[in-house]
Amino acid sequence: MSIKLEHVNYIYSPETAYEIHALRDVNLEIGQGEFIGLIGHTGSGKSTLVQHLNGLVKATDGHVYFHGEDIYAHGYDMKKLRSRVGLVFQYPEHQLFEVDVLSDVCFGPKNQGLSREEAEERAKEALQMVGLSEEFYKQSPFELSGGQKRRAAIAGVLAMEPEVLILDEPTAGLDPKGRDEILDQISALHREKKITIVLVSHSMEDVAKYVGRIVVMNQGEVMYDDTPREVFRHYKELEEVGLAAPQVTYMMHALKEKGFAVDEDATTIEEARDTILKSLRGRL
Amino acid sequence: MIRDITLGQYYPADSILHKLDPRVKLVTTISFLVALFLVNSWVGYVVATIFLVSVIRLSKVPFPFMVRGLKAIFLILMITVVFNLFLTPGDRVLVHFWKLQITDKGLRTAIFMAIRLVYLIVGSSVMTLTTTPNDLTDGMERLLGPLKKLHVPVHEVAMMMSIALRFIPILLEETDKIMKAQIARGADFESGNLLQKAKSLVPLLVPLFISAFRRANDLAMAMEARCYRGGEGRTKMKPLVYARRDYLAYGTVMIFLAVIIAVRIVL
Ligand SMILES: Nc1ncnc2c1ncn2[C@@H]1O[C@H](COP(=O)(O)OP(=O)(O)OP(=O)(O)O)[C@@H](O)[C@H]1O
Ligand SMILES: [Mg+2]
Repeated sequence: MSIKLEHVNYIYSPETAYEIHALRDVNLEIGQGEFIGLIGHTGSGKSTLVQHLNGLVKATDGHVYFHGEDIYAHGYDMKKLRSRVGLVFQYPEHQLFEVDVLSDVCFGPKNQGLSREEAEERAKEALQMVGLSEEFYKQSPFELSGGQKRRAAIAGVLAMEPEVLILDEPTAGLDPKGRDEILDQISALHREKKITIVLVSHSMEDVAKYVGRIVVMNQGEVMYDDTPREVFRHYKELEEVGLAAPQVTYMMHALKEKGFAVDEDATTIEEARDTILKSLRGRL
Repeated sequence: MIRDITLGQYYPADSILHKLDPRVKLVTTISFLVALFLVNSWVGYVVATIFLVSVIRLSKVPFPFMVRGLKAIFLILMITVVFNLFLTPGDRVLVHFWKLQITDKGLRTAIFMAIRLVYLIVGSSVMTLTTTPNDLTDGMERLLGPLKKLHVPVHEVAMMMSIALRFIPILLEETDKIMKAQIARGADFESGNLLQKAKSLVPLLVPLFISAFRRANDLAMAMEARCYRGGEGRTKMKPLVYARRDYLAYGTVMIFLAVIIAVRIVL
């Protein structure tokens, strides 16, 4: 497994009036090549948790291991860790600063010590992956549309060629088409490049379609950690903490109640279609 | 990390001091500062100490917060004490070594100066800890209201102050976020010589400025959309009205000042 969290606790502004216990005893293992969805309502600690994965914030208590090594150990190379665990922040377009898109994407690889040519090579590849064509290379990042900015920023992290890619709400504020495109591209990266992916989201709908495992956070604690199928079985409990299961789950349960022999654990539209067709055929 | 250096640390608690009108607290703080400079005897300091300690107890703010502000002036405090201690001429020499000497007067001045500085900081901390920055500017605006007759733009200044105060934590948070995002991309803000350090700030400062301008723009737009047109004819959502406790507080402060002045005249 590549990343492991043990009894991680995190407190913001400890010992002041504004103390917030953002993570409580989080235990998590992220295996090589997994595609994980991290879900939770606003303020449940998702962003805080993912910042632990590349050592940006240090746990108040607990340990984080990367390939079995304790990242808080004295002399651990944090810079190396950060280039192997790429983190795309919430609203990453706010971090753009260079004069043109290509140089901005080169920032990461250059910090890794690559030469200009190598960095540009990687940048071009990354930009292609997120679907930004050559015409954008020399444009100012500030003149792009919101969705294009988002892509450029994601490319900035991809160009570092991390083995684990964490995306904090990469689709927040995008239109449905932009959202699907970005998620499809991420999913393609996972399939083709075998990158481990952690996708933070508060939309079950988004996540159900792509991920193999869902981690649900509630008030700083891990509430569920299982396959989408198993997690969505608890759709009533999820509702209680301000989340919702995908529409499909509700529909399946409604059909089941009406006496159709459908599999109520179907989580995607395709699965739903199959099970509905099967039950209808059974009736005929 | 960066959030810790918030300016004007307000400490939320449920105490009578928190409920007092900000004008009362401003006047009290100013009176206390004046009193500190009037005091010139041990008795006076005892009175001031009693006053300060009771106010601190009333505020329900934990003591460590009160003295946090002292860290910033520690150096100045030390220099003041050392200079006064060694360089004040006096009648009786207490300690003598090399070319330096400590006189009875020097010792006395040094101690008084130290107490004065510490009380000054702690006294103003009590005010900023129990009053939100917004209340404070509100209070200031009302207290300085008469200056409007002299065409001083009191409302505008107060408005600018409260906006600036409001933006400090937001910008700090933003800095923290952008810094983290760039560190995640391998940026290094710590090592290197001065030139490299200055250069490494570009990826932080450019996004920060852009976001500051964007926020300022949004705010201006939002204010205009709600027909903001300056202080003329503007009413408050929570107008400042004196309650009974505020008059009591004024009374107490007057008595305190009277005692201090009496002590100074008599002794
Ligand atoms: N820099 C900070 N300083 C203090 N408290 C913070 C900070 N960042 C987050 N918090 C607090 O920590 C808790 C968890 O926040 P976090 O950002 O991890 O939530 P989240 O699950 O990512 O929410 P969202 O879906 O809104 O992004 C919240 O209560 C938040 O107020
Ligand atoms: Mg978040």
